[in-house]
Amino acid sequence: MRTKMLILLLALVLLHVIVIFAGFIAPYDPGVQNRELPYAPPTRLHFVDASGFHLRPFVYASMLVVDSYQEDRTHEYPVHLFVRGDDYQILGMFRSNAHLFRVDEPAHIFLFGADGFGRDEFSRLLYGGQISLAAGVLATLLSLTTGTIIGTISGYYGKWFDESLMGSAELFLSLPWLYFLIAVRAFLPLHVSPAGTFLLLICVIGLIGWARPARLVRGVVLSARARNYVSAARGFGASDFYLLHRHVFPETFGVLLTQAALLVPQYVAAEATLSFFGLGVSEPVPSWGNMLSTLQQYNVLVSYGWLLAPAGALVVTSVIYWWLADALHSRLKSHSI
Amino acid sequence: MKLVARLALYVCLLAAPCVVAAPNPAALNPAEELQCVEGEVGRYGGHLVIGQRSEPKTLNPVTATDAVSREVIGRLMADLITINRASQQSEPGLAKSWTTSADGRTFTLKLRKGIRFSDGHPFDADDVIFSFTVYLDEAVNSPQHDLLIIDGKPLTVTKVDQYTVLFTLSRPYAAAERIFDGLAMLPKHILEKPYREGRFVQSWSLNTPPAEVVGLGPFRVKEYLAGQRIVLERNPYYWKADHDNHRLPYLDELVFLFVGSEDAQVMRFEAGETDMVSRLSSENFALLTKERTRTGSQLVDLGPSLEYNFLVFNLNDLATKKLNIISGKQTWFRDLKFRQAVSAAIDRDSIVRLVYGARGTALWGNVGPGNKLWVNQAIPHPQRSLDASRQLLKSAGFSWNNASQLLDPSGKAVEFSIITSSSNTQRMKMATLVQDDLAHLGMQVHVVPLDFRAMLDRVFQSFDYEAAIMGLGGGDPDPNPEMNVWLSSGSTHLWHLGETQPASDWEREIDQLMQQQMITLNYEKRKRLYNRVQQLIAENLPFVFLATPNVLAGAKAQVGNFHPAVLDHYTLWNADQLYLRTETRGMERAGIR
Repeated sequence: MRTKMLILLLALVLLHVIVIFAGFIAPYDPGVQNRELPYAPPTRLHFVDASGFHLRPFVYASMLVVDSYQEDRTHEYPVHLFVRGDDYQILGMFRSNAHLFRVDEPAHIFLFGADGFGRDEFSRLLYGGQISLAAGVLATLLSLTTGTIIGTISGYYGKWFDESLMGSAELFLSLPWLYFLIAVRAFLPLHVSPAGTFLLLICVIGLIGWARPARLVRGVVLSARARNYVSAARGFGASDFYLLHRHVFPETFGVLLTQAALLVPQYVAAEATLSFFGLGVSEPVPSWGNMLSTLQQYNVLVSYGWLLAPAGALVVTSVIYWWLADALHSRLKSHSI
Repeated sequence: MKLVARLALYVCLLAAPCVVAAPNPAALNPAEELQCVEGEVGRYGGHLVIGQRSEPKTLNPVTATDAVSREVIGRLMADLITINRASQQSEPGLAKSWTTSADGRTFTLKLRKGIRFSDGHPFDADDVIFSFTVYLDEAVNSPQHDLLIIDGKPLTVTKVDQYTVLFTLSRPYAAAERIFDGLAMLPKHILEKPYREGRFVQSWSLNTPPAEVVGLGPFRVKEYLAGQRIVLERNPYYWKADHDNHRLPYLDELVFLFVGSEDAQVMRFEAGETDMVSRLSSENFALLTKERTRTGSQLVDLGPSLEYNFLVFNLNDLATKKLNIISGKQTWFRDLKFRQAVSAAIDRDSIVRLVYGARGTALWGNVGPGNKLWVNQAIPHPQRSLDASRQLLKSAGFSWNNASQLLDPSGKAVEFSIITSSSNTQRMKMATLVQDDLAHLGMQVHVVPLDFRAMLDRVFQSFDYEAAIMGLGGGDPDPNPEMNVWLSSGSTHLWHLGETQPASDWEREIDQLMQQQMITLNYEKRKRLYNRVQQLIAENLPFVFLATPNVLAGAKAQVGNFHPAVLDHYTLWNADQLYLRTETRGMERAGIR
């Protein structure tokens, strides 16, 4: 039980570290177009050539022959580790140009192939993860905060507070969100910068999602409020703030944590859905959703399978989070008993 | 062997009762003045299945505006003089010959004698007079109405005798016979009553009983199933025949399936459910080419189309609109050097390769190499040069800051957005490439994909946009249909709509040249005038031209006389001559039989 949770937490941390250090791990800038290499397939790593086995893998340069790519076998390009390349920033603070791996020009190392503009899919996947995961985590924070506040007020004070707040929660749960968002986008100014769109996206996803956590928190608060020790504390003249802070909130932590683990993957997917419909961050900034949107074209879907990589990343992320939520949930249960 | 024979018998028995026979072609009558057409002699029979992106909206040839409706209507109707899609020249249609008076103002058309509508009713001059009365009636509001108004006056139509009609124009009009192309001749005996009663616009909807939709085209309506298909059957009285005196068309039926999108059209074709596809994107064309042998199809790349895609800056007069940010940016857009710098920075070869998979051509003017009669070969094709762009910007007072951002003479960073239709993946890709090209100049460009209608609304109505990537052209190669784009008062004068008088000297000169070419009858002289127009456009860049796609089409290998053209309708223009060497299985695969 404990080890499972530890492994999951480790996997989660690893996932986020990889994405945060995208600049270092990704060999290329996500926006750089290699216009001679549209839809280049994943670069093959070679270990064996005419002179035998090499411990250091190497690649060949790709070239377009009529309609398909071939390897130019005249020259080998070994994969270098820890080399200088394009400039990047980590967390918007540290500037660097060191990269984990790269090959010399004119060859390219496209681990997951290239998109229609010859941009490295692997680098875009990592940078896109920054947008998608950050959107997921921040939106979760936002929606849990809103949900907790509303849920607490509703559960603790009850009466008409409860009725009106929970009524609007039900309304929120029943709105057709996608259409609503498409309508909202139409009213926004024409060009919102990618950063602006990103913030907007977080706000929209986060604020829409408050209803479910609010209802859960309300339930917990409702039962906590009625506990004997709470009544006793109230009898001793404890203020509302003290009661909430000391006795009621701690009861909600477990629920909130499990909710968070459930909401993050859901919001990552929501970002992907919105970007898929062109409502998310715009080109050339990558996100998993806008990367997947090229697959709306039938010919891309059937011809360039490697462009499905972001879908794989989405699945992995969601599974880790859900397993974690599951583990948290059972742990919580065993504790309460 | 026995088993095979028995199976074959079963198949025949099963198939036989389901087939509803198409009408046989009527026997030839010596009194009919049929048109004998060139081309391979085909065999009778068969169904040709075609996937359409959406449902037609009407069957009324006078009021139809959308391409899908016109695709169907074009097979039901015929015109007096037609533009041969292969040669791009005009040739006789329902009029077997015509003469032009010396002053170029009167046209005498001799109609074919003895020919009949698809219900067997004879056709004569009264039908022609009636048709033009309808087209010229402002209450009907036909999209072709404006074509028939020359110099503010409608052309007049007079009946000379039962088979002769006289057209008079208010002034000489170049290539006037081309305006007859696409003007369907209507059956007076059917439509006069609704027209007199003011119900013309509502007549011939999709729910009209098929027997009432009567035309002179190779096919007539057999059935319409909402949301599924419209089936056309042979018009037994069609007025064309092949060398061997077989009355056309060869096909029994033409079936249009409503499939929904370009991708769906391609998938249906791949699956063998449809027999023909046109307006293919290069990616889908490449996909189908790979599977050509498996699917048994013929795919044709016809070379550059007449469409031109371009980047246009908003140069509209915004004084009355509250769009201060945009009008501030218009100082850049109005600067010719700025537009030239943008044009020089765009990597058109990459657009052709990445957007059209090399099945396209870079453009530097409004007339592309696909329009052989009218292209001005002297228009320069400068290589992409960022240095030249920077020089131009520098000489216009622009500069760069330390972060290599481009600053305008007043020190403001150059930043603008390009809107484009989100449903057009090719123009979206162009926008992303242009964005990257201009980033090299330090311009910050945002690509804003919009719903097609929302985009048109911004471009034509609200003027709330900074730049747009759009496409025009594709109809007739003649310069006349381009009048509404290049005349300063034109309704498609996109960059600056609603000019009461030309906003610049070059626009004034284009106005004069376009007006003049319209009344010049000699081709060489017209060509010289239009060459100058193209030169002025290329020099002043109201549009920054990008590229044109090739016309790509495909059909089953069994389809005979498949000769797609670069003009609309690309594949069905000779539907009367199409035939099936052997029956295709489209109908069964699509589950119709």
